[in-house]
Amino acid sequence: MPTTVRVECTINDETREFLCEPRQSLLECLRDVLGLTGTKEGCNDGNCGSCTVMMDGRIVPSCLVLGVESQGSEITTIEGVARGSELHPLQTAFLESAALQCGICTPGFIVAAKALLDRNPRPDEHEIRLWLANNLCRCTGYDKIIRAVQQAAATLQEAK
Amino acid sequence: MKWFDYSAPESVSGAISALAAHPRARILAGGTDLLVQMRAGRKETDFIVDVKRIPELNEIRYDSDGLTVGASAPCYRLYAHADVAARYPSLARLAALIGGTQIQGRASIGGNLCNAAPSADAVPLLIALGARCRIAGQAGEREVVVEEFCTAPGVNVLGPGEFLVSLLIPPPAPGSGAHYERFIPRNEMDIAVAGAGASVVLEDGHFRSARIALASVAPTPLFVREAGDALAGKPVNEESINEAANLARDAARPISDMRAPAEYRRRLCAVLTRRALTRAIEEARGNR
Ligand SMILES: Cc1cc2nc3c(=O)[nH]c(=O)nc-3n(C[C@H](O)[C@H](O)[C@H](O)COP(=O)(O)OP(=O)(O)OC[C@H]3O[C@@H](n4cnc5c(N)ncnc54)[C@H](O)[C@@H]3O)c2cc1C
Ligand code: FES
Ligand code: FES
Repeated sequence: MPTTVRVECTINDETREFLCEPRQSLLECLRDVLGLTGTKEGCNDGNCGSCTVMMDGRIVPSCLVLGVESQGSEITTIEGVARGSELHPLQTAFLESAALQCGICTPGFIVAAKALLDRNPRPDEHEIRLWLANNLCRCTGYDKIIRAVQQAAATLQEAK
Repeated sequence: MKWFDYSAPESVSGAISALAAHPRARILAGGTDLLVQMRAGRKETDFIVDVKRIPELNEIRYDSDGLTVGASAPCYRLYAHADVAARYPSLARLAALIGGTQIQGRASIGGNLCNAAPSADAVPLLIALGARCRIAGQAGEREVVVEEFCTAPGVNVLGPGEFLVSLLIPPPAPGSGAHYERFIPRNEMDIAVAGAGASVVLEDGHFRSARIALASVAPTPLFVREAGDALAGKPVNEESINEAANLARDAARPISDMRAPAEYRRRLCAVLTRRALTRAIEEARGNR
């Protein structure tokens, strides 16, 4: 008889416990079990990056991670990027540069770009494009996204 | 996806028992092939054995025997590893070429090999580097060279209950270099139309030895032994490189599909082999 599994992990700095079926992806667990609907589903096969979350210090496609695999791990989703009502400089830059239209890809881009800026505060354009090659956007044509990431990098540098 | 149960054993023996208890079980590493295929209905199972919590499948270690790469170690850990970056730069570049940043956070070289796709990017380089597979099962351990591991599209030599523990890559010889080069119509994130992996050992302006293997031009990754052997003893020049590249092209048995016609792939084999050899030679010259 197939069983439901109890999973405990840290999500956005909070300990969370949830029940899931082993076949449910982390993406489904976040959205349907935990109600964290900021993370989006695009392709559900690893290509588009809209489901990107941070897991144990790396960005991963949450559609290709089983919920049960997150046992004991530390996860950050788009909901954990802002500090309360204070937006992260990346979020501000995306808004100000109009780096989104429909917005489906945006949470994935922001989580991915934040991981880049956390490890490389001054990426050049090539580094940004390469890092974000696993994130697709059907609306913006990417230029505004790249500029928003550069803008956020500059803001973060100034704040130092 | 259909229902399945899940376990994540923490030892090789734990995985052997789990596989013995569930004859239809499938092994999960990064899941970037398996979960996609299961969702598409191309693979089914009632039990998943997640091997990522087994220390032997997660280690990356360099010692006098060479480099041990645990079967489920994800790509990002390879290119972030100091010994890999310093001693096996071709492997570090390969790990950074599979998928994009998110895929590299999960995808393993062992999974790339076990999935046994003709287009698997890691396999030609592993063959060129002379890598061996350490396999565990109920009957004990055995070793298989990478060029004998894949037997048909999606099929490998693993018997029931067996799994890949790690890959062993010999220490780089003085004067050696290696490189994998693929052709895709985009800059990133695509499946190789064709690919070529090469390794060389140079001595006094001559090839001491070389190994060449191809991707996407046969039902399995293709070791072209004769192309590498033809270089042994030859001077390092364009003529020798072209001769090996033509032998690689002649050995290819490509098909025509939506990605490219067979003839195009054949020509790519010569071009990519030349490029892979040229880059491997550059690296070897810096490695004396
Ligand atoms: C968006 C995207 C981009 C990709 N880009 C590339 C690319 O550029 N180049 C490329 O070659 N591939 C690419 N792939 C395919 C895939 O990411 C790679 O083949 C990857 O290396 C598979 O590793 P994994 O750890 O995810 O394997 P998994 O999916 O976990 O496993 C793959 C197969 O091997 C079996 N297996 C895994 N580990 C073992 C073991 N230890 N013993 C026995 N069997 C085992 C599994 O049961 C399964 O059948 C891409 C995939 C996606 C979704
Ligand atoms: S939904 Fe996960 S990568 Fe597209
Ligand atoms: S804003 Fe619509 S997909 Fe990127």
